[in-house]
This record gives sequence, structure tokens and C-alpha cells, in this order.
Amino acid sequence: MNEQSMTVRGRDRYKSGVMEYKRMGYWEPDYEPKDTDVIALFRVTPQNGVDPAEACAAVAGESSTATWTVVWTDRLTAAEKYRAKCYRADPVPNSPGSYFAYIAYDLDLFEPGSIANLSASIIGNVFGFKPLKALRLEDMRLPVAYVKTFQGPATGIVVERERLDKFGRPLLGATVKPKLGLSGRNYGRVVYEALKGGLDFTKDDENINSQPFMHWRERFLCCMEAVNRAQAATGEIKGTYLNVTAATMEDMYERAEFAHELGSNIVMIDLVIGYTAIQSMAKWARRNDMILHLHRAGHSTYTRQRSHGVSFRVIAKWMRLAGVDHIHAGTVVGKLEGDPNTTRGYYDICREDFNPTQLEHGIFFDQHWASLNKLMPVASGGIHAGQMHQLLDLLGEDVVLQFGGGTIGHPRGIQAGATANRVALEAMILARNEGRDYVHEGPEILAKAAQTCTPLREALEVWKDVTFNYESTDAPDFVPTPSVAG
Amino acid sequence: MRITQGCFSFLPDLTDEQIQSQIQYCLKRGWAVNIEFTDDPHPRNTYWEMWGLPMFDLRDAAGIMKELADCRRVYGDRYIRICGFDSSHGWESVRISFIVNRPANEPGFDLKRQEAAGRKVRYSTHAYAADRPEGERYSS
Repeated sequence: MNEQSMTVRGRDRYKSGVMEYKRMGYWEPDYEPKDTDVIALFRVTPQNGVDPAEACAAVAGESSTATWTVVWTDRLTAAEKYRAKCYRADPVPNSPGSYFAYIAYDLDLFEPGSIANLSASIIGNVFGFKPLKALRLEDMRLPVAYVKTFQGPATGIVVERERLDKFGRPLLGATVKPKLGLSGRNYGRVVYEALKGGLDFTKDDENINSQPFMHWRERFLCCMEAVNRAQAATGEIKGTYLNVTAATMEDMYERAEFAHELGSNIVMIDLVIGYTAIQSMAKWARRNDMILHLHRAGHSTYTRQRSHGVSFRVIAKWMRLAGVDHIHAGTVVGKLEGDPNTTRGYYDICREDFNPTQLEHGIFFDQHWASLNKLMPVASGGIHAGQMHQLLDLLGEDVVLQFGGGTIGHPRGIQAGATANRVALEAMILARNEGRDYVHEGPEILAKAAQTCTPLREALEVWKDVTFNYESTDAPDFVPTPSVAG
Repeated sequence: MRITQGCFSFLPDLTDEQIQSQIQYCLKRGWAVNIEFTDDPHPRNTYWEMWGLPMFDLRDAAGIMKELADCRRVYGDRYIRICGFDSSHGWESVRISFIVNRPANEPGFDLKRQEAAGRKVRYSTHAYAADRPEGERYSS
């Protein structure tokens, strides 16, 4: 379907009335994207009877300069430059009626350093456009010229590790449970036990803000007592993600300032606060030497279904630009959605300086990050010590592994749960570095470590059979073809 | 108590064979290996004393094990750690760090609290060992 341009040129282009998008200049199969163009890849599912090229052109049009009819005021502008151009459309493999549309946008269409502006265009009105049944933003290529207008992660993986003095292994965390109902004093108890037992971090849950059972100031004060006490008990830097999510920016700044004043090294926010608030907090975190954790609360409402919404890989790219330091990116083996290949793509987006095109991981473009700080992915939700070899293999070393239930639910208490996780992790790193086939020998390595660690033995016993094997709703559309070359 | 800084503090103390294997892992990746020692275990004490310069061009862990043995002979009553430095672009920092020697007795830390306005507390962590002068903290 990638035939020639149908663009009408000259005076006829601006005759009053309605004209097909593909004839207005939004369908340009001969266009070669410039290095400075922003490129978006959409999965377009036209309504029955709508010409695919017209549907793809309409997406380009509605996400850039077009409106439903010809307007003469276009002629007052460099309109051809500002028109987004769909330059390629391919049928989606194994999905009749859907097309991957590649659309290029001139850099001048976007305000420097603003996710709000970028997203208002790319995922604005166009997602409600009637001639489409469904639309999904799958991936974006962000030109270096645009990447360089963003701050990027306030701290970054390397400096986070330097500040914490923790190298060579994943970091360990746990979300305090129950999520709701603990008083500040009881909450701090969980934090102290988990950190003293061997975790690096504990975490507020996304919906722990300031409720009748625990005012935020009370939580912050009790948590910092716990953090400092655990630090003195272990000689190791500890932290707790104090959630500063609140109703207004002023409230969030107030909470963040208080966390800072109390000596916390990290605060957290929820994705639902919005892109502008996230960027504001990232700037605040950079100014205040604070690590900024992002909980991706709400993302599954628009990332999970393949037909419509925004892929999480795009959200991950936006969040790396926006400047958070931690982002939940899936566990593969845990309780929440996460195909292994798709998840691998997210982790690469967070941690690499260059992402080569890898369709089997859902990465449609080469992406240069131009030395923007790296973003630490967080694996959280339904994982336990018995999976340590799989987690290390799938997720690598620069990741926070968060065992909430897998710490707090230990039969001999929270400290024992934390110790079990830490021992399992260190034993696995030791074995990996020794060159052992730790993925296959994982259970043996854990069993051996458990010989000198009762808490680990008990943890392995309790959770040995727990897995979450459900079919993924968001697997890549492309599978690798075996190479014929030796 | 046992301070739990570094990559392997929750495991039983590493044997020389295990240490050598970890060093070999660093060398295989082209990291420079450094030996550092201290008698101030404060968690924010970043700059431990260096036992010579990082060993940039070594291929064999045996040479570093010999340096470690020498370091232990002189400073065997203190903390000694091995660090691997990765100079590749985008990292340019420590990649792994683990303790390979500890004092016989680790007295731990005192958490000092200074009560401030409201319910605020100013915390400071003080190593009991640091009550004595540098160099005399762990030797009897």
C-alpha cells in the first residue's frame, strides 16, 4: 500500500471544502525522515470500509496541523514543514485490519523539554477520531536534538549506586504491607525490621498518602527513625521511598521538603500526578540531591491491551526524559502483566545509552539517548527468593527487586524474610560471577545457601510452588526468524 | 555486630579461592581492581585508604591475591575491601565492591539523637571504634 504520494499541490490544495487527508499532504510515502524528526509508530485499526492509507494519513493530520476541512490560514505558514507525514504503513502481522503507521514530525512542532506538549500532540484528539476503531501508540524515535532538551533522571543509576555505596548486585526493596491501615508507629516497625534484616529500601505503596489512620508527617517521622536505626544496626546506607503524592503541587513540595529536612535520600511519586508534576518533581529532586522513585499507578488502564492506548515502552521513554530515577517496569515471573520479550524492551529503554531496533522486543527504532542518565527499573509484585536465579537472568543487575509479601509474609517475621532475600541474592551473584550456570543450577545454589541460613530455608519451603503463569496480553507482534548464517 | 556493606556480607566470609574467583570475574570484564582498607566503618566513609593504585593491566588474579596477602599482613586488623572499576563510557565508576577482611571484633555504631523542634530528631551515626585514634582502633 506504500504507493506514490497523492498530495494535491498548488492552488487546488486550498480550495474551500473537505479533502481527504491523504490528498492534503499527510500521506507521503516518498518522504525520508530527517535525523531531527520525531517519529511515532501507531497501530491503526480503521473502521470498516475506511481506506487504510486515508486512516493513517488522518492520524498524521489530526496529531499535527489538520482539521476536518481545508483552511486558507494554512497559507500564512510554512505548512508543508509542519504537516506530520505518514511515510510508511505495513499490515500488522497476524492481525487483519490493523496497520503499523510510521509518522514523522518536524522538531519545531514541539516545545523543548515538555512531555505535556509532546503528548498533547501525539496522544491528543487523535485517539478519539471517529473513522478509527482503535489506535495505539507503539513506539517513538526521539531525535538527539530533542532528547538534549530534557534534564533526564535526576540522579541516574551510577550516582544512585555511588550515593548508596552499593555495587555489583540488584538492590532489594519491599513495599510495606498492609497497604492501608497501619498507624505511623506500626508502619515504621515494618520499615525497621525489613531494613535491618538486609533490604536496601522499603517503599510506601501508591495509595499511601495522608489518610485518617496515618497522617503523612507521622509516617515520615516514624520511617526516618526506622531508617536511621537500621543504618546504625548494619553500618549500611538504607532508604525508604516516602510517597509525596498529594492533591496539589504545593502540597507535594511541602511533603518533599519535609522528607529532605528529615534526611531521607529518596522520595516517590505516582504516575497519576501527571507529566508536568513529574517533571517539576524531577527538577526538585535534582536540586535537592534526592533520588526520585516513580510508581506507575494507573498505566495498565491504557498500556495493557494491544489494540488501543499507549505502549508502556513509550511511557518508559517519556519518563526517562522527564527525569525520574526509578520506574516499575515489570517482573516477568511475578503477579502482574509482563511478557519476557516486551519487558526486556522496557528494561533496555531504561538502562542503555543506545537501543538498536529489535522488533522481537517491541523496539521499532534505533534510539540514541545521548548520555542521558540511566533509569533504574523496579521489579515488584508477586516475586520471592526462590525465583532469584530467574530474576537475575531476566532482569540483570541494575534493577531494584521488591519483595513485599515475599519479605513481610515470612513465617518467622520480617527480618527473617529480608535476610532470606538478601542471602539468596548474594549467593546467586557469587555463583554467577564464578562462571556457574546459575540459571539451571539456581535451585541447588539456593539450597546450598540455605544450609547456613535458616530464614532462606523456610522461605524456600513456604513459596516453593508459587508461580503466576497466565498468557500475556501484550506480547510483541514479531518473532525472531532463525538465522541461516552459521 | 557485622557490618553488611559490600556485595557479599550476608554470606559466610569468602575463602581465598572464592575471592580469587571474583577478582578473575572483574579482570575478565576489563575492570581495574583496587584494594582498600580502613578502620572507620561509618557507612558514609567513602574514601578508604588505597593499597597502592588500582591494578589496571593485570590479567591474572594471582598477582592481586599476593597484594591482598601483603595488605593483610600490615592491616589484617582492619576492614579490607576489593573494588572493581569499570572505565567504559556511561559507567566510569565502581562495578563491584566486597569486604575480604574484617576486624576480629566489630563493636558497631551508636545512633545519637538530638531532639529538635516538634517531633524532629537529628540523627548521627557514630562508630564505637572511632572513639580511639586512627590506627589503634582494632588492635589490642
